[in-house]
Amino acid sequence: MIRAEHEIHRRRRSRNVGMLVVLIGLICVVFGLTMVKVKQLGAAQSFDHVVRPELLPGEEAPQ
Amino acid sequence: MTDATILDEEHEAQFGDYFALLKPRVMTLVVFTALVGMLVAPVTLHPFLGFCAILFIAVGGGAAGALNMWWDADIDAVMRRTSKRPIPSGRVTGRDALSIGLALSGFAVVMLGLATNWAAGGLLAFTIFFYAVVYSMWLKRSTPQNIVIGGAAGAFPPMIGWVAATGSVSLESVLMFALIFLWTPPHFWALALFMRSDYDDAGVPMLTVTHGRRTTRRHIFAYTLVLAAFAVWLGLTTAGGPIYLVTAIALNAWFIKGAWEIRGRDEEAAEADSYLVEKKFFRFSLLYLFLHFGALLTDAILRTAGVIA
Repeated sequence: MIRAEHEIHRRRRSRNVGMLVVLIGLICVVFGLTMVKVKQLGAAQSFDHVVRPELLPGEEAPQ
Repeated sequence: MTDATILDEEHEAQFGDYFALLKPRVMTLVVFTALVGMLVAPVTLHPFLGFCAILFIAVGGGAAGALNMWWDADIDAVMRRTSKRPIPSGRVTGRDALSIGLALSGFAVVMLGLATNWAAGGLLAFTIFFYAVVYSMWLKRSTPQNIVIGGAAGAFPPMIGWVAATGSVSLESVLMFALIFLWTPPHFWALALFMRSDYDDAGVPMLTVTHGRRTTRRHIFAYTLVLAAFAVWLGLTTAGGPIYLVTAIALNAWFIKGAWEIRGRDEEAAEADSYLVEKKFFRFSLLYLFLHFGALLTDAILRTAGVIA
């Protein structure tokens, strides 16, 4: 007989829900840490497929 | 439904059982003292980094607790106070506790290192190693000074909090360590005096068993005197302040008085009033630590608000 909810799901509900909360919490913590750490680096620029003269070494940016 | 199914259901570990492996009660003390250690430090962490640091210190402390429960499952089963823990009661297997302890230890150390600095991460790793290996596996069952050594593991959190903020160890953090380290023996020996059968049954060489109860009473008094000196000294550093100093002087005078009373009692007198003085001393010792760190926190808040210099 196929049952929509196996008995083991009911039995392990607290473990599964607990694990879900822990994983969501972990995602939030890692995301938050990344945002704070990156913001602490200050403004950052790098090559993004467009030539930006102000990034070229030894050259003054055109007025 | 068969009998076997009923048995399985009864023994199915719930999320709370795994959480209980982390010793949540001990964790609250770890969180509180680490938070104070971090907030009294002269360097201010970003609030979210501070939150993460406390979280990872708590997880690391919990992981050490799980490893301790895995190793001590045999004596936990004998002692009344610990017989309902997840492993001796059969709700969680020792293997699961070991896995969780190791996994969370690695996670907490790496994450604390990444979130703050590697000195804090290294100190957390050392704390876990100290509690799980040096204390639980090595010394707890072999020396009557087990409580003294175990106290060191519980004393590290404020120092880790301080190092997470500043990146280095200093006199203030060492004195916060000393406050918990020296508080632990009188606290636990007072407990051992009135919970005598528990430790005797488990064969743990508590001072009360190996050197006798009279010696234990003298030790409680001696440690309390040294503790008082260090507690007041902390008030004279940059971590302390007027509120801490007044609190420390009052609490330590009271604590010394209690220890003196314990020292002067014999077993007949103690049994006659069901260890009233020892129980009172034990309960007060919980408040003692909380109020010391609470006073440190109050001074730190007042300093930040500019109320005191």
